[in-house]
Parts: sequence; C-alpha cells; structure tokens
Amino acid sequence: MSTNSVTVRIYVPKDACAIACGADEVVEAIQAAALARKQPVEIIRTGSRGMLWLEPLVEVATPEGRIAYGPVEEGDVAGLFDTGFLAGGAHALRIGRPEEHPFMAKQTRLTFARCGIVDPTSYTDYVAHGGYKGLERALALGPVGIIEEVKKSGLRGRGGAGFPTAIKWKTVADARDDRKYIVCNADEGDSGTFADRMIMEGDPFELIEGMTIAGIAVGATKGYVYTRSEYPHAIAAMEKAIEVARQHGMLGINIAGSTHSFDMEVRMGAGAYVCGEETALLDSLEGGRGTVRAKPPLPAHKGLFQKPTVINNVLSLTAVPHILADGGEFYANFGMGRSRGTMPIQIAGNVKHGGLFETAFGITLGELINDIGGGTASGRPVKAAQVGGPLGAYVPTWQFDLPFDYEAFAAKDALIGHGGIVVFDESADMVKMARFAMEFCSVESCGKCTPCRIGSTRGVEVIDRIVAGERREKNLEVLKDLCQTMKLGSLCALGGFTPYPVLSALTHFPEEFGDTPRRLEAAE
Amino acid sequence: MPHYEPWSEERAEAVIGEFAHLEGPLMPMLHAVQETFGYVPDAVVPMLAERLNVSRAEVHGVVTFYHDFRHEPAGQHVLKLCRAEACQAAGGDALAAHAEHKLGCKLGETTADGRVTVEPIYCLGLCATAPSAMLDGRIVARLNERRLDALISEAQS
Repeated sequence: MSTNSVTVRIYVPKDACAIACGADEVVEAIQAAALARKQPVEIIRTGSRGMLWLEPLVEVATPEGRIAYGPVEEGDVAGLFDTGFLAGGAHALRIGRPEEHPFMAKQTRLTFARCGIVDPTSYTDYVAHGGYKGLERALALGPVGIIEEVKKSGLRGRGGAGFPTAIKWKTVADARDDRKYIVCNADEGDSGTFADRMIMEGDPFELIEGMTIAGIAVGATKGYVYTRSEYPHAIAAMEKAIEVARQHGMLGINIAGSTHSFDMEVRMGAGAYVCGEETALLDSLEGGRGTVRAKPPLPAHKGLFQKPTVINNVLSLTAVPHILADGGEFYANFGMGRSRGTMPIQIAGNVKHGGLFETAFGITLGELINDIGGGTASGRPVKAAQVGGPLGAYVPTWQFDLPFDYEAFAAKDALIGHGGIVVFDESADMVKMARFAMEFCSVESCGKCTPCRIGSTRGVEVIDRIVAGERREKNLEVLKDLCQTMKLGSLCALGGFTPYPVLSALTHFPEEFGDTPRRLEAAE
Repeated sequence: MPHYEPWSEERAEAVIGEFAHLEGPLMPMLHAVQETFGYVPDAVVPMLAERLNVSRAEVHGVVTFYHDFRHEPAGQHVLKLCRAEACQAAGGDALAAHAEHKLGCKLGETTADGRVTVEPIYCLGLCATAPSAMLDGRIVARLNERRLDALISEAQS
C-alpha cells in the first residue's frame, strides 16, 4: 500500500478490560508499525464500547466514520497495516462501524452514550459530546427544581436497593447543618459487575457532573468517591478528570461561574466486600472498620461524620446529567412499571458475547443471555445465571422469561442488584456454588450481626454434612431454617441476602443436594 | 517487581504526615504505609494512634479488618487469582488448582523460596473476559493454562 502523509487517528481503549486483554501491547505495535512505514498516526486512548469479547477493539477514523477491528492481538498489527486498515480496509477482524454492530444497535445508551467514543481525559471532548448540559440546566433550575426533575424521572438507586433517589435528596436538602456530603458508592464488589469501573475509566466527567448537580441540589460542598483497591485504573482516571475539571473551573469555588462551590476526592477501600453497604462504607471513609450501622438514623440525617449525606451509586449519579439535560419525563419514558429509565446491564461469566448492555427496563433474562450474549462461551447449554452479584439468586433457564424489573425479580425471590449477570453452563455444581455463597459471607461479614457472622460458618458446615450424606433430610431442614434466620436477623444485605443464592440453588436444583424433588414426591 | 523501603520510623512519620490534613485520614495513611514498606508494621500502630488521638486498639482493629493490609512482607512477586463467581463459571477453579500445584503452595501462602505469594482476589471487574489475574499490579484477562504458566514463570524468574 502507498504511504499517506496525512495523520490517521486511531482509537484504542485504555479500559482495564482492554488493557488486561493486551491493549497496551497493541498500541506499542501500532506505533512501531507506523514508524516503520513512515505513516503518521495519532493514537487516542478511549474507554471501552462495552463489546468486551472484542477487546482490544481498535478503531480507525475514516471518511465513513470510525471503523473497528477486534479482537486485535499484538501479532495482528502488521497484517492490519498490510491490508490497509488505516483506510478501513477489509480484514478478518473487521467489525465495521461499531454503532451498527447488533450488540450496540439494540441498546439505548444514555449513561454510556459517550463511553468508548471520547477521550476520558479531555474536558473539550466531554463538552463537545453534550457534557455539562445537565449542570447548566441544574444551575438555572436551582435546588428545588433539580429535585423535582429527578423525581419526575422516577430514578431509583442503581446500587441494588432501588430506593427513589429524589426522596433521598429531598431529605438531605431539608436537613439543616453546617456541612453536608455527597458520597458516591463506587465499591463495586459484586462478581459480574463492571459498569461503575467502565464509566469511571471511560467517562469520568459524567460522574463529576452528576455529583456536582447532587451537591447543588442538597447544599453539599464536598463529595467523595469511595472505590476499590482492585480498580487502580478507575482511580487514576477519576483523579485525572477531577484535576482537569478543577483547571476548567468546574470543581472548586464558584463552579462554572456560579455562586455554588463543590469539590471532590477519590478514596480507596482495602478489599472488604461489606464496604459496598452504604453505612459500612461511611465508617470506612471515616477511617474505621467497615461495620454496618443500624438505621435509623438514616445517612440522609446522620451520615458521613454524622452530617447529612447523600450516598448514591455511580450509576444513579451518572444518570442525573441526562435527566437534567433532557428532562425527567424523557428519562421516565423508558422502562416498565415502577422501574423507569435505562439500566446498564453487565453480561459476564461463561458467555460468548460478554459486555455492557444498556437498555430500558423490561428486557427478559433470556434475551440478554441467549440472543445478546450468544449463550455460553464453552458451547455447552446454559444451566443458570446468577443475577445481582454474590447475594443474588441463581435463576434457572425455565425462568429466563423474567423481565428485568425490580418488582418482577423480587416476586421470584431474586434481585437485580447492580445489574450483573453471571452465566453458568451445565457443568456448574450448584451445591458448590451454594457453599461458596456461605463461605464468602463468613469471610466478608463485618461481624455485627450474629446470624451473618456465625450463621454463615454454620451454613458451610451444614452443606458439608449434606454433601457427606450425613442425616440429609434433617440437615436440609437446618439449612433452610438457618437461611430464614439470616434473612430476618441481619442488618444489611450481606447476611440478609446470602440466603438467596443458597435457597435458589436448593429450590431449583434439589437433586444436586440429594433432596427428593417435590414433583416426584407428589407423584408417589 | 515492586521495591519497598526498609522500616524506618522517621520515614513512616513523613509518609503519615502527608495525609494529616485530610478528613478521615486513617485509610489513606495505612495505604501509604503499605505502599512504602510493603506491609503495615506493628510499630506504625502506636504512631498512628498518637497522631489521630485514638487508642492503639482502634488502629489495630482497622488494620486487621481489611484484607488488603499485610502484617508481614509478601513474597517478591504477588500473583492474585480472581476466585469470584464469574471466574469460577469460566474455569477459574481448575486454574487455581493448577497454580497451587505448580507453585507448591496454597492460595494465601508464599513459596518456600520467598519468590511468589499467591492469593485469591474477589473480583477484578473483568468478568466478561474471565478468568482473570493480577501479577504485581498488572492485570491479565482470558486466562488459560498457557497464560497462567507464563505468569508463573515470570514471577519465579
């Protein structure tokens, strides 16, 4: 091919998932190949589009728009140059325009609209793609108007509990105190979830904008993002964006030239799962053990350092700029029942096309796993999916018509949680998974509630006895009773929801526990 | 390979002092101590207690609550294998067993020669490209036996 002196723009994600799949090595290979061919290139590191099975997904700017290739390995780069990928040429790895890929075309992207497209370190890029329109409108509306708009949107907490965001904000706005805080719960510890990580790495200004709007709404001037030590890339991306926002007068005193002031910091946890629970998170942020607090008092009244505090998940806060920019009614138009708007769903585990799929509530689990996810990566039939992290139920295939909706899931003793789906194929050992749930709880329990602290250890022992065939019937009864005690006798979701994976495994796959299936009993 | 400094009380004072202006500074202080020395030495507990005007027991309680804080130095390299559900669904169990066999030690232990500490980690957030691992802070996804062997050789060399 002929060399071209015009600089070609190439986009390579620096999302942790892309990096873990070799994106940095691909960038080096592109630079080396371009240099060898005397072809000037500009490499822009973006977030990920969310088609994670195609990472590293390399995109080239062409007159027809960006053309994607993936998954690109270091060794593919020379071949890509040879076939003219800089002009969008044909290649076995050519995906075409990413937005036209069925995985992307089927989505409704509000929160993730910019993720994978913009340079997450660029304020100019953010503004050029609709950023800070929400803040602009928020400043015009004022605190009361902002909360009214969020109320109209029907936004519910995306961390798992589904509590109406506007009510939380109103409570803090009405509280009188010398200081108030906005705390972002970015302690995304659930296996199968990565939406918080992706947005912090791919569009961090959106979280900054959301938290700033929350600050104006309730009269808070300080915000904290509490995230995980397992997320070094997200921490670096957030800290960089905070610095850039300060330089542009979007954080600090008199933000965007207004009378409001707001600044924020990133804080890192230290590998304790329970700190994802909001009150344990506050204790950890204060410098204590991550111990769950009894409610009341609510964090909205006495939260961080005993001051009125809004504590919201990353996905709740990043929905806010859109709600303000486009209006609460626009957002509420998406969804079903009392679950309004969109949910960034994460498809993971043993799945062919895993990734981030943002869509309106109401889509069924079967569509997500089979149609969009393409079934298992192993090629074996799907057995079950755990939805909502380690505390979520195992949903068997015969319940895959379940629509993604807080109430529909609750009616089946399941939960949406933070929107993570972990797919298991038929080789999954459900007894082992139930035991793992109890073991995880025993390791991660903060120790405050006896049913959680001790019950989980007893749970592991009882399951071991069942596996050993020791007084099976009696021990199954003990296990069910124990789950009931944990459910009712724990302050937070760790002890209270660990029974979900255990009981769902037992209910849907009783044979594996050596239990007589109910339907057979009836036949006898 | 991470390089840590030998214990020094003066150095510890300086490291801790950098965070004194923060609200709720204990966690950032503990992270900084561990980043400097590779672990949280017992000697730092009374120093923190003094500075923050809390009891030693309170500081000890915090240090021991979190999985991340080490009470003694790790091996020269730290290999973390994700053992959460998504990685289990994608064959993580077999890989963990393979790593234990190859290194001759269990998860949570350090090899006899002190070169490699192998630990479980509960979720790196790379669940759509599972199983995953982290070697000295570098993340690796789509782990298979071949890739794991390469990481182990790298850690042992």
